Amino acid sequence: MSYIEIDSLETTLSSDQCIKCNICTASCPVAAVTDKFPGPKAVGPQLQRLRQPGALSQDQSVDYCNNCGVCSLVCPHGVQIAEMNAIARSVQMDRDGVPLRNRMLGRPEPLGKLGSMFAPFSNIPLAIPPLRWIAEKTVGIHRNAPFPSFTRRRFRTWFKRHQSDNIIGRRKVVYFHGCSTNYYEPRVGEAVVKVLEHFGCKVSIAEQNCCGLPMQSNGEFDAARENAKSNIEKLAPYVRENYIIVGSSTSCTLALKHDYPNILGLQGRDVDLVAKNTYDIFEFLAELLEESDIDPRFRQVNEAVFYHPPCQQRSHFMGQPAIRVLRQIPGLTFEVSTADCCGVAGTYGLKAEKYQISRDIAETLFAQIDRNDPERVLCDSETCRWWIQGHTDVNSVHPIELVAEALPR
Amino acid sequence: MRKQFTEILVIGGGATGLSAARDAVLRGFKTLLIEKGDLAHGTSGRYHGLLHSGGRYVISDPHSARDCIAENRILRKLIPSAIEDTDGWFVTTPEDDPDYADQFLAACAKSGVPAEDVAVDVLLNKERLLNPRISRAIRVPDAACDSFDATHILANDLQARGGKLLLRHEVIGFETRRQKVCAAKVRNLLTDEEVLIECSMVLNCTGAWAGHIASLVGSEVKVTPGKGTMIAMNSRLVNTVINRCKPPHDGDILVPVGTVSVIGTTDIPVPSADKYPIEDWEIEFLLNEGEVLIPGFKKYRALRAWAGVRPLYDPSAGSDTESRDLTRSHAVLDHEKRDGVGGLLTMVGGKFTTMRLMAEDLVDAACKQLRTKRACTTAETPAEQPGSKHYYLSQRLAGWENASKANDTVDPIICECELVSESRVRAKIETSKSKVLNDLRRDTRLGMGPCQGGFCAYRANGIACEMLAQDPTDAQQTLAQFLQERWKGQRNLLWDHNLRQLELDQNIYRNLLGLDRSVDLDAIEIYPTEKTA
Repeated sequence: MSYIEIDSLETTLSSDQCIKCNICTASCPVAAVTDKFPGPKAVGPQLQRLRQPGALSQDQSVDYCNNCGVCSLVCPHGVQIAEMNAIARSVQMDRDGVPLRNRMLGRPEPLGKLGSMFAPFSNIPLAIPPLRWIAEKTVGIHRNAPFPSFTRRRFRTWFKRHQSDNIIGRRKVVYFHGCSTNYYEPRVGEAVVKVLEHFGCKVSIAEQNCCGLPMQSNGEFDAARENAKSNIEKLAPYVRENYIIVGSSTSCTLALKHDYPNILGLQGRDVDLVAKNTYDIFEFLAELLEESDIDPRFRQVNEAVFYHPPCQQRSHFMGQPAIRVLRQIPGLTFEVSTADCCGVAGTYGLKAEKYQISRDIAETLFAQIDRNDPERVLCDSETCRWWIQGHTDVNSVHPIELVAEALPR
Repeated sequence: MRKQFTEILVIGGGATGLSAARDAVLRGFKTLLIEKGDLAHGTSGRYHGLLHSGGRYVISDPHSARDCIAENRILRKLIPSAIEDTDGWFVTTPEDDPDYADQFLAACAKSGVPAEDVAVDVLLNKERLLNPRISRAIRVPDAACDSFDATHILANDLQARGGKLLLRHEVIGFETRRQKVCAAKVRNLLTDEEVLIECSMVLNCTGAWAGHIASLVGSEVKVTPGKGTMIAMNSRLVNTVINRCKPPHDGDILVPVGTVSVIGTTDIPVPSADKYPIEDWEIEFLLNEGEVLIPGFKKYRALRAWAGVRPLYDPSAGSDTESRDLTRSHAVLDHEKRDGVGGLLTMVGGKFTTMRLMAEDLVDAACKQLRTKRACTTAETPAEQPGSKHYYLSQRLAGWENASKANDTVDPIICECELVSESRVRAKIETSKSKVLNDLRRDTRLGMGPCQGGFCAYRANGIACEMLAQDPTDAQQTLAQFLQERWKGQRNLLWDHNLRQLELDQNIYRNLLGLDRSVDLDAIEIYPTEKTA
């Protein structure tokens, strides 16, 4: 297995394509609510021409990009704006040093290990306002930023004890559960396994690390690359054994599919192998049901829910596959969010200086949820769920959990 | 007619004229410089941005090479903030004679141009777009120099030391007394007012226009304008100066200047120094030469093409006695000896890098004719400037970010491509009082980026109109003129990126702002002197 770390010239020189039409800026959720971020066009292709490799520059505004990636998607000329911004931020962090806060937020894995070991006691500090105030003043994590609760029983522990009916299976799936499922929401992983097995898949869980995205978006490219390489090493052999990689976190799967080669710059046969064979759970499920013309025979679920497709989902170029599946559940009525972004964007909104920006971005979504008054909010991305639930008090779950509930007994 | 008095009158606000005026002021002369357009309006503002190490001339013209390396070292101290210390390389591509490099190294040693034969990988790791088949890489102390910055620094320094500067004043004739020029009749091109400037000595530093000035005293100086065409690529494809290691030829250099990289140049004698359209074959030629240095060069964005006119001096015309000086690339013509007209000296030939030396030679000759001995001190006297460090690319970005941070507000950006903020635009208009947007451009780089004025021109125009209480109809004319000038440079590059850009820009100004309804855009001529309406 070989990796070649490409340099980012192709990305940075894509600024040549920019004709400054402003479509990216008009679509940017952050630029719409704050002057601190001059917009993707400005910090991307425009300022790129003013950045010199190796030279000092106080290029702080790029840190206000929240990585939603919509700029690259809407650009009609193929400028790799989001990628360019991510690279610029990592250069800046390399130079100025990554703040302790970013290092903490970038490492859900060791944090999760520790937290789940001492759960439920490890959850107590997060609920004590004076401690939160101190955390804001010292490390810069906003006092009102919602955090999930550690779970005592990790997903991987559950899986080991879990007895599968499908030892052979029509399709072989290796499940990339990610940190959130393992340490905070094992119920999501349980639902994934249950649904996949119900539809005849053989599910394995590979040894895996945090995908690295939290480190990447907090500016630690080198550390993120280490995680990426380790994941590729562990997942590629499965693909060679005809497994398909399925993940339930939109951002983790995007890291495997897109960020490893395109932002972290990893190249090699195994990188491609993993990228091309990774699927979001609903992307896989919707296709599985449609391809094999299975009648899922879902049970009646009489509930009105609100579905918010996370913004990174757009970068998967897969549409909104959850809707294709949810539609088949009889009795379920759901309203789909028209808000571009919930605001939190991974760990962005947790930061003291960015919390209010994220709240302002969230206005549209929260108002829609408020108007719809749903029983539950569905969202594929964990950080969005925690953010939404923390601020709206509406229970937020992964849509796969609803599908699991609707499986025929 | 209003009269003004000065000892030395310098004509021409380019690198040579400003250097000469500064030299004269430093020697204690009362000095006035006049320029028919704006600073760096002619050839200086249209140069490729290379501060020569001398490497280019070590074989063809060792004397020039020696001048260049000496002046290169001086200018780094004199105007550091206009210079980016990029380093330069001479590279042997598969198209170049591989034996030339050894001759080149030997010649560098002889001329005192520091040259270091470096393992090719060192360069290729640094400049990753370069042709991997380059077989030889020799490092020389080339640098990049922004001629707008350089001329502005020199002009500010000149004025700070008591020299005077009159822009948009054109010489229309000379008065002579006893076979000696004693005054110049000049016209203010903005007001049409005529002024008589009495002086003891006139220094003709008008480059390619020198023949015209000399003709006003009936003397013939044959300066052939030599057109050199260049293309600015939208990005810095290289961060060091890259020269082809071969005998000097067209299209043999790629210079990173500010935000762009410039491939140049061609060299074609043209009949007029005011009108010299760029030919399509020149563009094709330059891009093809770019391909030799950087495979895939043509797929990058060619932003703007422009041409300047070198003052090529032809000694065969007239009765020149200075022919011994013709081994040098510049020469001072003494019209007293030559044509029997005293009080006028003409500088011919020369190059940007040697501007200070040219000025020294010229003012030496003036002192001689004025029968006074005053030593030149320009080499030891740095110009007053904002910083004493070399320019670096992200300097502007850092400045803007720091200012925004310090004031806790974002200074709005007027020119997005070149990061020119509103406060900077306002400050410049406040000092220059100029309605001409091109002056603002030369001062700030406004409108010089990828969109070529598409988004900044109407903003800057609005600010200028308000600040200078300009008549809106005039302001529209000013705007249209600026835009035509910007679009002129894109005319030869209308494919892919630039075609889309021009379509968008045209739509903004014609269909959105309706500028074509108030101004006949197509009837606008680009005046070389940019008179305002």
